[in-house]
Parts: sequence; C-alpha cells; structure tokens
Amino acid sequence: MSDTEAPAVDGVVVEINGHEVVARKGELLIDAAERAGTYIPRFCYHERMKPVGMCRMCLVEVDSGRGPALQPSCMIECTPGMKVDTESEITKKAQDGVLEFLLLNHPLDCPVCDKGGECPLQDQTMAYGPGESRMVEEKRHKEKPIPISELVLLDRERCILCDRCTRFAKEVAGDPLIHFIHRGNNTEVNTFPDEPFASYFSGNTVQICPVGALTASTYRFKARPWDLETTESTCQGCSFGCRISIDSSRDQIQRFSGVDIDPVNWGWLCDKGRFSSEAVNAAGRLGEPLLRTASGLAPARWSEALAAAAAALSAADPAAIGVIGGARLTNEDAYAWSKLFKGVLGTDNVDAQLGDGLPAEALLGLPRTTIDDLCAPGGTVVLLGPDPKEELPVLFLRLRHAVENDGVTLLEISPRRSGISSLAAVSLQPRPGETGELLRALTAGTEADRDIAGIPVDRVNAMRALLAAAAGPVKVVLGRSSVGESEAVTLDATSVLLAARPDTVFLPAVRRANIHGALDMGLAPGLLPGRVGLDAARDWFGSRWPSVPAARGLDTTGILTAAAAGRLEVLVLLGADPLADFPDARLAERAIAGVRTIISVDTLLNTTSERAHIVLAAAGFAEKAGTTTNLEGRVSTLSQRVTPPGTARPDWVLATELASRLGADLGFASPAEILAEISAVVPSHLGLTADLLAQAPDGLVLPIGATSGLPAPVAFTPTPAVPAPPVDAYAFRLVATRKLYDQGTIVQAGPHLSGLAAGTSVRVNPYDFDRIGVAAGGTVSVRSPQATLVMPIHADAGVPRGTAAVVVNQAEHRVAELMNVGDVICELLIETTS
Amino acid sequence: MARLTPDNVEIALEIIGRYPRPKSALIPLLHLAQEQDGHVTDEAMAHIAELVGVSAAEVLGTASFYEMFKFEPVGRYMVNICTNISCQLMGGEELLEHAEHTLGIRPGQTTADGLFTIEDVECIAACTEAPCLQVNYRYFHRITNEEFDQLVADLRAGARNDIPAHGTLARVRQRIPVDRRAGVVTPEDTAQPVWLAGSQEAKS
Ligand code: SF4
Ligand code: SF4
Ligand code: FES
Ligand code: FES
Repeated sequence: MSDTEAPAVDGVVVEINGHEVVARKGELLIDAAERAGTYIPRFCYHERMKPVGMCRMCLVEVDSGRGPALQPSCMIECTPGMKVDTESEITKKAQDGVLEFLLLNHPLDCPVCDKGGECPLQDQTMAYGPGESRMVEEKRHKEKPIPISELVLLDRERCILCDRCTRFAKEVAGDPLIHFIHRGNNTEVNTFPDEPFASYFSGNTVQICPVGALTASTYRFKARPWDLETTESTCQGCSFGCRISIDSSRDQIQRFSGVDIDPVNWGWLCDKGRFSSEAVNAAGRLGEPLLRTASGLAPARWSEALAAAAAALSAADPAAIGVIGGARLTNEDAYAWSKLFKGVLGTDNVDAQLGDGLPAEALLGLPRTTIDDLCAPGGTVVLLGPDPKEELPVLFLRLRHAVENDGVTLLEISPRRSGISSLAAVSLQPRPGETGELLRALTAGTEADRDIAGIPVDRVNAMRALLAAAAGPVKVVLGRSSVGESEAVTLDATSVLLAARPDTVFLPAVRRANIHGALDMGLAPGLLPGRVGLDAARDWFGSRWPSVPAARGLDTTGILTAAAAGRLEVLVLLGADPLADFPDARLAERAIAGVRTIISVDTLLNTTSERAHIVLAAAGFAEKAGTTTNLEGRVSTLSQRVTPPGTARPDWVLATELASRLGADLGFASPAEILAEISAVVPSHLGLTADLLAQAPDGLVLPIGATSGLPAPVAFTPTPAVPAPPVDAYAFRLVATRKLYDQGTIVQAGPHLSGLAAGTSVRVNPYDFDRIGVAAGGTVSVRSPQATLVMPIHADAGVPRGTAAVVVNQAEHRVAELMNVGDVICELLIETTS
Repeated sequence: MARLTPDNVEIALEIIGRYPRPKSALIPLLHLAQEQDGHVTDEAMAHIAELVGVSAAEVLGTASFYEMFKFEPVGRYMVNICTNISCQLMGGEELLEHAEHTLGIRPGQTTADGLFTIEDVECIAACTEAPCLQVNYRYFHRITNEEFDQLVADLRAGARNDIPAHGTLARVRQRIPVDRRAGVVTPEDTAQPVWLAGSQEAKS
C-alpha cells in the first residue's frame, strides 16, 4: 500500500473535486482520494484493517450516476465515472454534524490527555467541526481510566467507539480480549471481568486509537507532543527489525511508536519492542567502567579499565582468548570488534550466538527469502523453528495475515503446540530428536505406512500431501524450536528438505536483535565479514586487514568448554550473559569459574558480568548511530536520540581504543567511516553506502551489487542423518522453549515489562499424569543426568505425550541446568517429591 | 452456580450441533446458562466461550446487548410492568406504583426473600390489553391492583405452577432430530441457503 506504487493498468477513472483520478481496481474511495492528494477526514478507517464504516466522519458526496448522495468513502470502492465532492456544502455539513455528535459526550480532557496535541479528534474538530457545542446537558460519566492490562489503560469517557482497537485485537492480533459491551446507548469497550487484554500486541491499540481513550502506562503524563524530538530507527527487541520512531524530551527516551514500512512491520510493534523504551533509561545503567577489587566491582577511570583490558588481551595467547556475544551491537560496532579480534589479535574463538541458535554457516549459507516473499499469496510455508509469537512477534502478525487473508498454507513442525498452531493447515509434533525422521517421511516418494516420530500415520500423510501439492518453492522459517534438542536435529531436517526440494528458501529465525548483522560482520568461528569463510577470504582480507586468523576457532560451546578446562585466559562478553542464556548452565558455570580474566562490555550488569573482572560501560540503543541487519538480511539505520549515561561509550569506540593500546590503528573514527569501510571491504556489503541507505527508508536487502570476482560466500553443507534415539518408556524428552517475556535485559530493565515474565513449571500431557502420580499443580522432582530440579507440574494438552515442556531463562527454576550440550535429546525422569 | 453442569453441557453440545458454526449457538447457550442459575454468571460465559471457540469478551459483548439476559442475581419472578403509551393511558404507571408498594421495592430491585424483581418496560406488544405486565415473560392482561396482589399472593404460595423460575423459557425443551437439522454446511460453502436445498429435496 505504499504511495509510490504506480496505478495498475486496469485503473478506474473517477472524478474527485473536478479532477480526474485513476484509482486501482477495487480501491476504496478514501484511499484513492488520499493518493491523489485529497485527504478525507476519518476516525475508524485504518489502512491496515478492513473498513467498518463506524464513525461516518468520511462521508462525502458521491454521484455514481443516480445523483449525488452522502456516502462513507471508506466503505465504497471506486467505480468508473464516479463523481466525488469532498468539499461541498452538504459534505461539510455532514462532517460538522458527525463531529458535533462525537463531542456530545466527549469530556473536555484535552489539557490532561496524553493525546492532546496529536489527537485526530482535536485536529479534525479544528479543521472540520463546529466552533461551539450546543450540548448544555450533563455528559456521560464513567470511571476514569481503568487498566485493561499491565500496559494499557482505558478511559471510556473519551472513547468514540471507532472499533479500531477491537478490530485490531480480533483481526490483526487474533486476541479478541476487548470488545464492545452493553451495546446500545451505553456501548463501551471493555474486557471480560478478570480477563485482561493480555496480548503481546496491546500497545498498538494505544497508537491507533484516534483519541486519548487508550493510553500506555509507560507514557502517561510523561510528555506533550510539542516537546518531543523524534527520530526514526529500527527496533532491537528482536531480529525482525520493525521500523520505529523514537520520541525523547529532555534527553530522555519517552516512547517508541511503530512506523509503517511495507516490507516489514506495517506499522505494528510487539509490546516487548514498544515498551523496551523503558530499558534505555533503566535504573542500573552503567555510566562508567568497573574494575574488580578485593571488595567487588568498583568504579574506575576509563584509562585504567582500558589499560587493564588491553594488558589482559595482549598477555594472552590468541588461542586462549574467547569472545561471546554481539547481537546487541550495531553493524559498525560488530565490524570494529571483528577487526580487532580477528584482524589484530588473531583469535577466531568468536561467536555472536550462545549455543541456542544454529551454526552461522547454515544461517548465512542457506538460500534466503524475504518476509514479503515468505508471505506472498498462495505460497506454502513450513515452520521449522521457534514459536514466532514468542520470539519474533511481528513475524507472527505477518504470517497470520498471510494465512487468514492471502491463502498461504502453513505447515508447522514444532515440539509442542505453539501460538501459531491454530493457523496451521497441519501442525505436527515429532518426538524431540526425530524431526529428521519426520522430514524423510514427508519428502519420501511414497506415503508413510506407519507412525513416524510418535505422529499417527494419517497426520504425517496429510502434511506430506500438502507439501507435495505446494506450487513453487517451499519457504521455511528456520530456527531452533527447542534448546532441549541438539541443533544437529534441525540441520538434519533442513538437509533432507533441501535435498528433496532444492529450490527451498529460508528465513533464518534466530531472534536476538542484530544477530544477523553480527554474523555478517564475521562474529562467528571460521567466518570473516561478508558471509565468507576464513579460507575462502583469506587473501581478500589478508590485503585489507592487518592479519587473518590462522585457523578456524571455537564456537560458544567450544569456548566455554575450553574455559571450564582452564584453557582460556581471557573471555570477552559483548553484551552476552552465558550463565542465563547458554543451554547448559552447569558448563557455563564451570567456564565462568575457570577463566582467568572476564571482560564484559555491556549496558547493564547481568548474572555473568557481575562476575567479570573488567566491565566496560557501553552506550546502548538510541544512544548511538549506525546500521542494523534483520533476519532477511535487510540493512536499515539506527539513530542516536539521547546521550549515553555517564561516560558510557559506543562499542566501536571501545574497540578502537583497545586497538590503539595494543599498538594497532583500526583506521576509522566514526560510524560513518566504518560504514564506508564496510561498503568498500565486506564482500556482501560492497556498495552499501550511507547515501544509498538514506534514499531507502525501508532499508536494503543484501547483497545489492554484483557478486562476481569476490570470495565465495559460505554455503550450507548438508549434515548427516541423526538416528532416532531409542524410546525410553519411563523417561520424558525435554522440550525447552522461550517466552517473549523472560529474564533477559530488555524485559527486566523496564518496570512495566519485568513483571510479565511468568516463570516456568514443567508441563506434560494430561494423559501422562497417571504414570507420574501427582495432581496437576503439585510439585515434582525433575531429574536429568545433569541435575535435579523441584518444580510445579501442570497439564497441557499442547505438549505431546512422552515429552515434558519447560521455558528457559525464567526466574527461580534454572532449567538450563538440566541440559548437557551436545546430547541429541535430554531425557528426564519426573517423580513425586516425597 | 457456575459453569454449566455436565447435563447442561450435553444439551449445549446438542444445540451447537444444530448450527454450521459453533458460535451461532451463543444465544441459546446463554439462555441455557440463565435457566441453570437464574442469571448468566461470568463462569458460565467463560464456559460457553470455551464450548463455541470464541473469547469470553466476545460472549459478553453479544450477551450484554440483550435486556433479557441478567448478569446479576434477580428474583425467582421477574415482573415487567409496561409503562409505554397505551399502558400509561390505561393506568400502567399507577399499576407500577401499586406494585412498588405491594412488594416494597423500586424497579430494578429484588425483594429480600429473593422472590420478586420489578422492571418498568417499554411496550411489550399487548397494547390492546393495557395495562399489562409479564411475569417471567408470561403475559397478564388488563391487570387491576387487586389482581396484581392476588398474583403475588399466589406466586408466594407456590400456587402458580404455570410460571417456572426466571430463566426457564419453556418447560419442554425443543429437540431437533438430527435428520431434521438444517445441516452443518457453512454459508460460504453453498451456493444457495441450506434450508432451500433442504426443502427442494423434500419436494422432489
Ligand atoms: S478506545 Fe479508542 S480505538 Fe478503541 S473504540 Fe474507543 S476510540 Fe476507538
Ligand atoms: S517484533 Fe521484534 S523488532 Fe518488532 S517490535 Fe517486537 S521486538 Fe521489536
Ligand atoms: S472512516 Fe469511514 S466511517 Fe469511519
Ligand atoms: S404500551 Fe404496554 S404493551 Fe404496548
């Protein structure tokens, strides 16, 4: 729906205020008029939702051959020869009348209303409304704002019943938890008693409400629109890369709002992203470096801290340096660190992932698709990854739209039923460890004749038939659906699918903010910037960088294993918290205890950086400029809106400072210079200049230029089959998934989001309760070969029989202790505690 | 008083089976809930939401449009006295006032013994018989004050078996044999209304 699209050839010619306008076939009059430069006022109509004709503000005089009559322009499609007058006396009288009615019961709250100054009702009353009210009677009164969730408040007196929020909840989000009730003279929006509007997308209703009826608890009375300074940027809540605008006043972030870009988020945001605005100003933000003293971490001077870090790094054998993390960084930061660690220090033990994703060669080397292509009408999408609602929420919205409106067939393969299962044509839950088996059956030449991976044969064949019937390339959302099973299982499944259908394309669904940018910049073992392998690009970078690592290094698992064995001298954490995030908590613990020097570069202290020896305070989101790369490989801009706390510095500054203390010059002195170097040196990014980016408000999907004559990009190498583990009738196989709200920094740093992390229990199928011998809600001991946890147990029909589902990175129960990295599956015994 | 009883769930499932889409059964199920508890409880609405696959807010949104569904406890007998124009001319307001005195409550209130609730209502389409009232939607025509008092006395004495407790629409529940059902084809999936197809079949 972008304004720049040329009218279709089969356009419809209509006349608007005496001018000929070519509308698209089926286009609504309100849209055609707007494209032609005539804005028709509206309240209920929203270009990303179906029209409802609730408010009548868009009435205009339309003559379709039978004489002019008032018609709601949001409800009628343009027809040939239609004559429209949006400025006639009758139109004006209608607008005036509609506004007078809307204002009958609207309170005079503007001076104390968050919307005042950016309120469509205010603005349109000024532009089209009566100057004065004839209403002298008492207005309707309702209890002033009632919280309808932790994040959203509703003031029913202000509501003009436009149906935007309620339509959004049902149509877009699929969470119809708010509704019109007491319809008639007392209609109001409300929730069901004691059932709050607990939607991951609730904040969007605040943004689209055309009045101040819905307000965000994070922003109430914080600022007035005319005091706000605004910049566009890209959300770093996950790797989907929603476009946002950042509002600040008095050098403080006030809020984030969604910006409508066609290829990505359509204006929507998830609540984690939207309300992560609070994380920028979080209490506890580091404003100065810290050094470990006898009494713990203490503030230090930058010169001391940098000198200590440089000394530790220069004293260490490159093979004994490990670097973990990088998803928090801008592309420029990531490039600077990459150049420092790989090009100057010569270590290749660098990994931006935390053992909970997929190998970089797979993420970068598989043929990629875009979000738009994934959601293109009529396609077939295989979900072989995490629950998008929990990990990439706005991808969930796009997929939901594609299935509901564009005839996309969704085939879900997941370890447990997810937030998107109800949209899937078929949703299969193979036993952990057996997804490869399932894919072999799904792509086999003949129908399955037996149950596969615990799934009844007819269900396997149902998906097999849909897969076989898929026209065009199959599109796969690929990621790690459960960290309870080895990545080898997902890779096996991928290999099988790719062998059977070589034209398959992938959207790599690993979720951390700029993880894809970090990998592009070479923050992974065996890689150099530009999606190229160490050996393939050795010559290319050999002539452009001080040096290139001699051999492939360790990934995060390898680094932690080396640290645990006492073989690592320095561990650098680039915003990473392995104690919380690494799927084998006991290994992470031994590693942190076993390494000599830990250097943490972070915005806040986390469980791991609290144990660091040197903490370098980093500037965070909205505090530095640069670029970021989303899961499609789309590069878009990040903007600075506020000053970092204290003397915290951007990562690229820290990298150059350290380099100079190590006697090297990284060769750049600003993010712009780094981008210039990236566009000149990084094979996948050649030609990606700041100018080009400035002209591309939607960002640019890489690569943008020629690819010949460059080092060969990494390619995915098919992996061997993982044999199905033998079924142990006494054990449960662990399924460990993530929730949107967890103990991660973004959620925990904001007072309004932190309480939403719900904790975890162990969930098993109701039919499995008998053999455990406890009642749902009781407490059990969950035993793996690694550890025993005592946790509450709940019944969950979405968990297949024989598996036990937990949520990682929640307070209290550290389920990551159960897992042993490298095992194909994790088997559990669940027993009564007595 | 809460969710639907197992017996009522069985009835509910039978009702749902009559419709092409489960949520079409919403209104009959709300009546069933009201019959069970005398009013529609939150728990029952949440239960109905589960049964027909919509959210509880959507059930409330639909239910709260209808005056006949009560969301707070009401008396065993709901007395609706018409005060619209014909009845007003024929003494409806005086009848209401008399009823208030007799029962000692105002419209919208319930007697302490939980037996009676009065409401003043708009035209109940019995203008020729004004002034009129309904008890649990059963009509009483051309009511005098004395007749009203007698009616109350009879109800108190349990002498009016013809008027079941509030919420019960009919003593005999409608059962539609499976072969007489309109069918469970969704409207979008058929070129003509299902009832038309059915009647044409019957004719041929
Ligand atoms: S709360 Fe706002 S968005 Fe919702 S119906 Fe009222 S005016 Fe519209
Ligand atoms: S989906 Fe991801 S990128 Fe979009 S708003 Fe949410 S956290 Fe931010
Ligand atoms: S915008 Fe058309 S009726 Fe509301
Ligand atoms: S006015 Fe009372 S029934 Fe019509």
